[in-house]
Amino acid sequence: MFDVFALGPTGWGDEMLMGAVMTVLVSSSSLLLGITLGIVFAACKLSNFFILRAIAEVYTTIIRGIPELLVIYLLFFGGSSAVMYLAKIFGYMGYIELNAFTIGTIAVGAISGAYSTEVIRGAVNSVPKGQFEVGKTLGLSGYSLYGKIIFPQVARIALPGIGNVWQITLKDTALISVTGLVEIMRQSRIAAGSTHEPFIFYTAAIILYLLITRLSNIFFDSAEKKYSKGYVSKEAL
Amino acid sequence: MRFELMYESFFKIVEGIPLTLQVVSISTILGIFLAVAVALMRISGNRLMSLPAYYFVYLIRGTPLLLQLYFVYYGLSQFEAIRESILWPILKEPYWCGIITLTISTGAYSSEIIRGGILSVSKNYIEASGALGLSQIKTFMLITLPITVRQALPAYGNELILMVKASSLISIVTLMEITGIARTIISKTYAPVEIFLVAGSIYLVINFIIVMFVNLAERRLGIEKAT
Repeated sequence: MFDVFALGPTGWGDEMLMGAVMTVLVSSSSLLLGITLGIVFAACKLSNFFILRAIAEVYTTIIRGIPELLVIYLLFFGGSSAVMYLAKIFGYMGYIELNAFTIGTIAVGAISGAYSTEVIRGAVNSVPKGQFEVGKTLGLSGYSLYGKIIFPQVARIALPGIGNVWQITLKDTALISVTGLVEIMRQSRIAAGSTHEPFIFYTAAIILYLLITRLSNIFFDSAEKKYSKGYVSKEAL
Repeated sequence: MRFELMYESFFKIVEGIPLTLQVVSISTILGIFLAVAVALMRISGNRLMSLPAYYFVYLIRGTPLLLQLYFVYYGLSQFEAIRESILWPILKEPYWCGIITLTISTGAYSSEIIRGGILSVSKNYIEASGALGLSQIKTFMLITLPITVRQALPAYGNELILMVKASSLISIVTLMEITGIARTIISKTYAPVEIFLVAGSIYLVINFIIVMFVNLAERRLGIEKAT
């Protein structure tokens, strides 16, 4: 029963593992893009300009109210032409085709960005106002205020939330399989189709996802501990 | 923008709304029963009950919905025993596989919401109810349940929206609901932006209506909005 998972050309073991690697890669790059978008749009939501706040509000509302699958279809069918359109403005007339990895990262990154925006906004809001005021009184601004004083505090508060976003992102990457990117989901479909053993391969896929979840929980727990160093909770005082 | 195409496809995509709503409402209602059962198992204090419930929730929350759907639709049908069982007329239909998967998924997620709600009920109320001579079932129905509903409603509203979004996945197993029709039109006309706008707006309207109803219910039940 398990020889279908043999490594090498006789079994699907190595292909499935490569699929897991691909899932982790595309999830990580999506999360990175998502956090970047999250920082930008959280800044927009917290800004004093109505236009910026409105743009960020529209972005998060649309992403959180529309199925992920539709967003992926939009980029899958429209991504390449959008990029070519942009390239034309800059004078490049050639044909550009985005690969499935890029499309997947942009789509899932945009989704994860909307959730990160809320997490980061909440974290920035929970930094006491006094911290900003004291920083400014000390004559700090720009990087020294936001990079050195505010960011470490935001990071600590946002970390559990980002852990949840990672969880969502990881599961959303399964949807990219419809665009042909060979990650866990797609790989188990291919293997199930060619061996006529769907049950065993979908079970294997379930185990792989749970394994990745477990490992990332361990990672986020230790990161939380690291960032909480030197911080005494209010309950402990 | 091809507005004419948007206008035409709007009427085609609208035809998928009944199927989306049907699947969402059937699985939400079935899911509530599952969720209450799982939540009660988890807080039962009996490890034989709480452990399976814990692992069930862990399994469902840790795996993508699409994989669960494939597992039910393709994975189970591999076995002769299932194909010959009385369940086969149900399990061979993508419609029912979609409903089963969505029910299990929302059951797991909502069980956590309900569990949180039940745990938030103060012990004092339960003790007071016992002192007044109410039976356990009466205590649950008259005291625990109403408070749980109030506690859980805001989070449950989110779960409803997630369900509407999740129902789009059943288009992958050939069901022609909103996303399924949208995808067909996109691959025929190659106008992804236009169709996305049409289908996306329909989803936004559905979700907006749900939010309105949940807000209304919250106000009825006197739930203070956290600001």
